Amino acid sequence: MATRAPDRPTAVPRHRSERFSRQLAYRLDVKASPYAYVMPFLLVFCAFGLFPLVYTAWVSLHEWTLLSDVHKFVGLDNFAFLLGDEYFWNATFNTVSIGLVSTVPQLLLAIWLAHLLNRPLRAQTLFRVTLLLPNVTSVVAVVVIFSQLFGRDYGLINWVLSWFGVGAIDWNAGTASSHVAISTMIMWRWTGYNALIFLAAMQAVPRDLYEAATIDGASGFTQLRKITIPMIKPTIVFVVVTSTIGAMQVVAEPLLFGTYSPTGGPDRQYQTLSLFIYENFAKLDFGYASAISWMMFVFIVIAAGVNYLLTRRSGGNLT
Amino acid sequence: MIPRLGPGKARTLTYLTLIAVVFFSALPLYYSVVVASRDNSALADVPPPLWPGGNFVANVEKVFDTVPFALALLNSVLVAGSIAIAVMFFSTLAGFAFAKLRFRGRNALLLITVATMMVPTQLGIIPLYLIMVKLEWTGSMYALIVPALVNAFGVFFMTQFLSRALPTELLEAGRVDGCTTWGLFWHVVLPVARPAAAVLGMLTFMSAWNDYFWPLVVLTPENPTVQVALSTLAAGYVSDYALSLTGTTLGTLPLVIVFALLGKQIIGGIMQGAVKG
Repeated sequence: MATRAPDRPTAVPRHRSERFSRQLAYRLDVKASPYAYVMPFLLVFCAFGLFPLVYTAWVSLHEWTLLSDVHKFVGLDNFAFLLGDEYFWNATFNTVSIGLVSTVPQLLLAIWLAHLLNRPLRAQTLFRVTLLLPNVTSVVAVVVIFSQLFGRDYGLINWVLSWFGVGAIDWNAGTASSHVAISTMIMWRWTGYNALIFLAAMQAVPRDLYEAATIDGASGFTQLRKITIPMIKPTIVFVVVTSTIGAMQVVAEPLLFGTYSPTGGPDRQYQTLSLFIYENFAKLDFGYASAISWMMFVFIVIAAGVNYLLTRRSGGNLT
Repeated sequence: MIPRLGPGKARTLTYLTLIAVVFFSALPLYYSVVVASRDNSALADVPPPLWPGGNFVANVEKVFDTVPFALALLNSVLVAGSIAIAVMFFSTLAGFAFAKLRFRGRNALLLITVATMMVPTQLGIIPLYLIMVKLEWTGSMYALIVPALVNAFGVFFMTQFLSRALPTELLEAGRVDGCTTWGLFWHVVLPVARPAAAVLGMLTFMSAWNDYFWPLVVLTPENPTVQVALSTLAAGYVSDYALSLTGTTLGTLPLVIVFALLGKQIIGGIMQGAVKG
């Protein structure tokens, strides 16, 4: 196919001015179109992504409620109060605890499942589709279903545990038990999704590496540790960082598990940071809620950064 | 060669593990159908009911009596549908520009786009609400649709796809034939982008359908989406699990059917988008 413009004398405009304006239109089109095409994205992002972020900082420096039009500037008072607020530290503890209990086993399981799927198997598609089924289910559905399964009196889980002589557990009541219940919901919803992402990365690993390892007599597990994990490390780093960001923002699970109460249980035993923001938002204390948001942002950056460095440095010895 | 599966024992173990995973993935959904087709009092039985009963239709009627579920379905279809169409269109447009057009600041803008995907969405929720109050969009579907018209993931996804799948020669040939940039987009880029845009549309539809926290914040129980209606149903003072799980079954069923039909393509899309080199 010709890539150069053929000479077309008939197409040459008769007047110079006409040719000039055509050229101008062409140059304008080539120069301006790219900006016009990325503009919708940039506009939406600036208006509803970037601006709110900056505006949160501004609101956090005020005594700001929806009830009054006067917003008193209070400097860093909200932050000072925050650091002495035991509810804030309680929410921070819960967020970290639920984050660890849900993410660590989830990612190990996901890598292992991806490893199992990265072979010639029958019914590959069936396995993959069912793996992703929980992720298609909405948070609300997941929590409603699992609240039933974790029910104290008639729940399926306590019924199964009773075969082993375990008494009826009130999952909602304790700190540890409620964290386990909420983490189970998160794990159920996200393990398959992350396994598919790992699988995608694993399929890009050159096959002859495995061949050589098999000839050398390396077992499947050794191959996973010495070949697969080092080779897919960029993906592991990516998934660890996104999971960390996700785990710091958990809100719908504890909210619904506590049947709509923004305190996260009567003793705040599973109130996360996001839920704590929502509680103050619902009280219309926007200044304080914004201050918590910014502290949460700082925590997220720290957690994501630390995990990024940890996973990147850990070499092939992740498991 | 793909890593060898080893002797028969290892193969059996692999299949058993995967079957167990399938079992645990499907069990909660199956059990919610069981509960949804029973009377609430049947849940107190020991052992608990393990097979579907015959009370589903009665429960469905009760769901429609308790919350405005028809309106919720309509709202959700409207919101998720318009978001999906807008995201497909604007992401392809921006993806075309990033992948194939040359302009000053392209790399910097692309970097910003990728960085945007990492920004925690919940941080901006308070000012976002204040904006909606100012625009008088609280309680309306505009509050859900407008901020979601295009997102960084979609732009990134289409950029990745188009830089691989769209031959530059094809664009040059179009230029020679006198196409404007818009003409190129319409006649050359869109046909090539169609399969990836379809996957992006489905992913977007699913996440918009399932979105819960922002709709909860900005909508009222009188004019809800499906997820907001479901949470109203579940938050009743007397916990009627049969009723709430009938609601979740109704709200999840459309997606599960779509997913069962198109799961292979959707998974292909997720796995494609995942490999970022």
